[in-house]
Amino acid sequence: MAAVPEASGIRPILLKILARLRRFFSRLPLHVILIVIALLWLTPTVGLLVSSFRPSTEVSTTGWWTAFQTPFKFTLDNYSSVISQNGMGRSFLNSLIISIPGTVIPILVASFAGFAFAWMKFPGRNILFIFLVALIVVPIQATLIPVLRLFADTHLVGTFPGIWLAHTAYGLPFAIFLLTSFFGTLPKELLESAYLDGASNMRVFFRLILPLSVPAIASLAIFQFLWVWNDLLVALVYLQVPSKAPMTLTINNLVSSFGTQWQLLTAAAFISMILPLIVFFALQRYFVEGITAGAVKG
Amino acid sequence: MSDDRHRSSVWSRFAGRIEIKWRGRRRGRLSPWLWLLPALLFVSVFLIYPVIATVRLSFMNANSTSYVGFNNYTYIFTNRTTQDVLLNNVLWIVLFTLLTVGLGLLFAILTGRVRYEAVAKAVIFIPMAISFVAASVIWKFMYSYAPQGFTQIGLVNEVATKVGLQPQAWLVQQAVPYTNHVLPTPFHTNNVAIILVGVWMWTGFAMVVLSAGLKGISTEVLEAARVDGATEWQAVRRIIIPMLTPTIALVVTTLVIQALKIFDVVWVMTSGNFNTDVIATMMYKEMFNYQDFGKAGALAVILFLAILPIMFISIRRVRFQGGG
Repeated sequence: MAAVPEASGIRPILLKILARLRRFFSRLPLHVILIVIALLWLTPTVGLLVSSFRPSTEVSTTGWWTAFQTPFKFTLDNYSSVISQNGMGRSFLNSLIISIPGTVIPILVASFAGFAFAWMKFPGRNILFIFLVALIVVPIQATLIPVLRLFADTHLVGTFPGIWLAHTAYGLPFAIFLLTSFFGTLPKELLESAYLDGASNMRVFFRLILPLSVPAIASLAIFQFLWVWNDLLVALVYLQVPSKAPMTLTINNLVSSFGTQWQLLTAAAFISMILPLIVFFALQRYFVEGITAGAVKG
Repeated sequence: MSDDRHRSSVWSRFAGRIEIKWRGRRRGRLSPWLWLLPALLFVSVFLIYPVIATVRLSFMNANSTSYVGFNNYTYIFTNRTTQDVLLNNVLWIVLFTLLTVGLGLLFAILTGRVRYEAVAKAVIFIPMAISFVAASVIWKFMYSYAPQGFTQIGLVNEVATKVGLQPQAWLVQQAVPYTNHVLPTPFHTNNVAIILVGVWMWTGFAMVVLSAGLKGISTEVLEAARVDGATEWQAVRRIIIPMLTPTIALVVTTLVIQALKIFDVVWVMTSGNFNTDVIATMMYKEMFNYQDFGKAGALAVILFLAILPIMFISIRRVRFQGGG
């Protein structure tokens, strides 16, 4: 058919359009299903976001899906009141104070260990490595009581250093596994020539290993940061003091005390989601890598 | 191996000195242990010692003053309330894992076939970024309940009433509606309602991992099957699922461990009330509400022992990859 001289006529164009249309309609169910799924997954979060901007009288008497009718009634009051009166401002800071050292310390400690495991020879290396990584199996619950007693004896209950130490330890087995694996893939020649040039271990570590491992460290850092940022259990058990509570703990307390004041709860929840969402959209690749690699941990 | 010409920080100087002392006899022998020392201290104090201490506590009475043998364990396995708690975790393992893997696989297959794959995946993956606490607020609001005839502000009940069903107090529900007493006790709708929140959060994880696995299946095999007249369903069942089995196994083990350790979402949504308690919430209550460290310890040990074999399966993938 393609060889027929009238190929320059209107028929081939029509056929082409017809083929496209057929393809479009045969794939239409696929697109519809995907759009429905996407809407289903987004709607709950959209409901939260919309409600957080509605006045309390509206939120408690009408569904959030009716908010898009005139007259529009939106407000920022919920945010100002959770931030100032319900302590979400302070808690945002607390979450940062907990999460930043809770990310930096374990990564530093794990990269020291990873350097030794990947680049030094010593007796028992493999067994020790496997043992440390196997500690991923330890559920946090199995450590709570003794660590809490230890913190009580050393006056670390309700302090930031206490929760930094705890998060560091809980993050280590996975971090050591990830960093050792990554350090092991770095080019051997580069490190050997650095040693031949007389570089010390310190210098090799800080000038070569760490800079070359930025992608792995970035994924790990995002995972660990979000893990600490989103943690409730560790804060609930070790922090206890409301003035030092991270946002997860404050929201948990708000849910118990203001169970049905949805305009406040939704605003508070959204404040706690802002940073993770920014990280997600800005660093999506590292984010997905980090989260999927670390999912076994906990 | 340790040359000290480039000492830059105070700490490196300190580390260097210790090495100098040893250089005469065992050159560099100490060095790896210095690098490992902080990590070993942390895991000893916060992981190894506490696990041993927890095991010991689990064989002691509430205030840890005397040994009671296996009493705490027999209590947990024979008492009706705690049996329900264990069954709830079983329900979590089965329902949460099946739904999450099923939906994850479905979405991985579907999103792989469209040009807006990245956007579609991002939408599904977003819940993984937020905390279970925030997700709990989102869904508690979705499930909120008003009696029939009143305005529903929760979307789930709004939809239910729109299609002619009775509004339900989803998180309080004591039995599955319309099937009174047909199902065993733990199968309350409120458990299912909470499990669905977990599914909403974790489907993105399953989808991303399975999608990466799918990309590894050669398109030629699939094309050949299609040419031979295989339907899409046959292609999925006969080719995709068998070839994806290792990846599915990885996702399943991860999800089962998550289901065993689940805490936040139950704690924020119901505080474990209305028969929704799981091992982790029960343990917290034994610790702080009842001050029974024996039972709390036993629950933690049960959790650990349940996770151990599953983790062993998934950790066999770990191969030592040292370069030096």
